[in-house]
Amino acid sequence: MTPTRRQAIVMSLALPLVLRVRPALATPEEMQAEIDRFTGGAAIVEAGVELKIPALVENGNSVPVSVSAESPMTDDDFVEEIAIFNEVNPLPNTVRFRFSPRSGRAEAQTRIRLNGSQHVTAIARKSDGTFHSAQVNVIVTAPACRES
Amino acid sequence: MSRAALLVFALAMPAVAQDRVTGFEQMSEDLQAMQNDPVANPGLFWLLDGETLWSEDPGTGAESCEGCHGDASDSMAAVAASYPAWDEESSRPVDLAGRINLCRTRHQDTGPFERESAELLSLSAYVTHQSKGMPITPDDDPRLARWRERGEALFSTRMGQLNLSCAQCHDTLAGGHLGSALIPEAHPTGYPQYRLEWETMGSLARRFDNCFFGVRAEPFGAGSEAYLSLELFLKSRAAGLLMESPAIRP
Amino acid sequence: MSALVNVPESAAPGEIVDIKVLLQHPMETGFRTGPDGKLVPRNIIHSLRCLYLGEEVFAAELFPAVTANPFFAFTLVAEMTGQVEILWVDDSEEEHRETRTLTVG
Repeated sequence: MTPTRRQAIVMSLALPLVLRVRPALATPEEMQAEIDRFTGGAAIVEAGVELKIPALVENGNSVPVSVSAESPMTDDDFVEEIAIFNEVNPLPNTVRFRFSPRSGRAEAQTRIRLNGSQHVTAIARKSDGTFHSAQVNVIVTAPACRES
Repeated sequence: MSRAALLVFALAMPAVAQDRVTGFEQMSEDLQAMQNDPVANPGLFWLLDGETLWSEDPGTGAESCEGCHGDASDSMAAVAASYPAWDEESSRPVDLAGRINLCRTRHQDTGPFERESAELLSLSAYVTHQSKGMPITPDDDPRLARWRERGEALFSTRMGQLNLSCAQCHDTLAGGHLGSALIPEAHPTGYPQYRLEWETMGSLARRFDNCFFGVRAEPFGAGSEAYLSLELFLKSRAAGLLMESPAIRP
Repeated sequence: MSALVNVPESAAPGEIVDIKVLLQHPMETGFRTGPDGKLVPRNIIHSLRCLYLGEEVFAAELFPAVTANPFFAFTLVAEMTGQVEILWVDDSEEEHRETRTLTVG
């Protein structure tokens, strides 16, 4: 459908006035390469991790993220680390959390920047050397009438 | 509640109060929670800095803010909710940030803070916080009326290359979408406020600048007559709505 | 640079308690251009650690994708009364520290 003149004007409001040179963006391939570095190529079980991000985000500058992995968190069996990866930001690495049995739970919250709608992946490394993951699709909307 | 009491209550509220929606009410639950959580709201950093500045010796031999005004929770309660106010000496309205700077030049023998500086935003945020939860109550000084009218006229004047007025978006299309963003009714209940877009605290003047940029018009700038008029009008349009501080917006 | 750190005042032994941290920092990504058209140098907090009774119980490695004025919430197991230390380092490599006491009993 061709946008009407009115729609075109309104849409232009939401877009930056000048196209800028942007840094190279990460790609799903680069995200995968970074994931491979994290796992050392080990198999990943797509279960046991919960990644919570609102399905629709009002501003990609601050996206609430909550991640947790199932674990008894004992000295023999705990989650060592959870890494979060994205596929559109300039860098595929987003944030990594390191836990100990004394964390009590393999659970953390933070806020991240997402440069557009994309898949975000969380991968947990357990003390037994296994990897577990979860992935969510996030839709990022941009605020109108931006500064530049 | 008796019928008489209900009537009194109804008379005390501005007629349009129940029809208006604030930016806070339009936000997602996540962002509302971020604003309300005393450990998750980054605007608190500016508030804390403002509290320090309030009692800080200006270093000129003059009094600190606190030296003259005392405890801000008493002396500054409801002040921001009534601004802009009339300034006798310059015979024109002044916004809260402008008043803080006038205090510095007239009473503290020092220079004004730059508009949008961390110091001015912090002090403004701290003073505004003393009005948290209080209804916006525009100053009834009759000398402000002419400026308010000018602001109302400006609000519905088409401007910029896109030839749009404030009213076209924020009255007629409020609640709808511009691109994917929700169009707010533009009630200034929480300025200065922390915008995720800015990743920092910013003033109402900065938001006005963004709007003017949006319609491809030349911004008038902080402290300009146009912005003072617009703020006076917006505050009267938002009369009765409760002040927020520190507010968060997307 | 300031920080808001929320540690419960008291907890029972074995109780899992919530810790919240908000740090004041621009988290400059290194990918943005300034008004002069040049890249603004990267300046981020890259490391956050939480020590309890002198040992690390939680840590985070931050990349430029973490938001300005970063927020973290995590948990630890209350054992005995002692210090909860939050340590963070940005690209100036200076370590900052905030300490709270957790009373257990």
